[in-house]
Amino acid sequence: MEHTHTAEGHAHHDSSTKKIWKTFWILLAITMVEVGLAFLHLETGFPSRVVLNGVFVILTVLKAFYIVSEFMHLGSEIKNLIYTVLLPLLLFVWFIIAFLYEGNSWKNMNRDLKPGTPIEAVKAPAEGQHGHH
Amino acid sequence: MDTAVTAKKKWWDGGYSPFNVSYGKLMMWYFLISDAFTFGALLISYGTIRFSSTSWPDPNEVFRSFPGMGHANLPLVFVSLMTFILIMSSVTMVLAVHAGHMRDKKAVAKWLTWTIIGGACFLACQAWEWTHLFHEGAWWGRNPFHNVDGTLASTNFTNFFFTITGFHGLHVTSGVVLNIVILANVLKGTYEERGHYEMVEKVGLYWHFVDLVWVFVFTCFYLL
Repeated sequence: MEHTHTAEGHAHHDSSTKKIWKTFWILLAITMVEVGLAFLHLETGFPSRVVLNGVFVILTVLKAFYIVSEFMHLGSEIKNLIYTVLLPLLLFVWFIIAFLYEGNSWKNMNRDLKPGTPIEAVKAPAEGQHGHH
Repeated sequence: MDTAVTAKKKWWDGGYSPFNVSYGKLMMWYFLISDAFTFGALLISYGTIRFSSTSWPDPNEVFRSFPGMGHANLPLVFVSLMTFILIMSSVTMVLAVHAGHMRDKKAVAKWLTWTIIGGACFLACQAWEWTHLFHEGAWWGRNPFHNVDGTLASTNFTNFFFTITGFHGLHVTSGVVLNIVILANVLKGTYEERGHYEMVEKVGLYWHFVDLVWVFVFTCFYLL
């Protein structure tokens, strides 16, 4: 193509190079926002840890989208390829929720079922069979 | 090579790839999916352990050093530099792939060289960070850092940190080696003879994946 239509080939070259650099600036900007928010939190305590973590996760997924879609070019492939790559990754939804829930549950069990804690569990038999649960 | 995409094409009727990419590229994608699950398993087990812990060391306390800055408190600065280097090397890799489409041998060699330099810089940064942490007393099985709530931290923190960043560093290392092999082939004229630079695209996919994993490692270890 570049031999027959030199001018068009050159124009194509310019526009896709521009797109590459645009993606780079987006990725850099997102990273700078992340670091900026982290510093803001360190200095002022705002935004709260929960909000901050939520924002970090969203921004991370956004960065991942740009890398896969633009740099790895998946956004410009046909649907069949996009699906064969992305559908298996849906397992991650279950994977993440199930395991983090499990971890949290372990923490709660360690806290609530440790010998001597909570105090109510020790008190309950002494107070008799009837009454509160 | 890839065939033109037309609206009514029957992709599953045989005769051509239903994914419109070569066998090698499709297999690279499938390898990357499996690798994504390997990294996913590591990061999710890290998350599980962190969720099951009542407290955890503060990354801003642990990762606050910068080469040549002594004891200055600079959280996140060095790892931001590492992130920047890796994103930059991803850009030079796309430019190499792009030059390959143009059949521009010189430009492919130039951008691949920059990608290799970027990868080497990243590895050098990681080597410095590991060495620094090691001298602070951190290693597999050893954790000098305290939890946020002041209690003594278990070695889970350092074990996961060194295992996961180490596994990622290993990927970067193999990526640099692959890039060097491909660069040698480019310079030898192997792909010029073959008529296309698809091998550059394949290692490019791998290289971007390494960058992609770093995005998640960065978030999981340094931000959250």
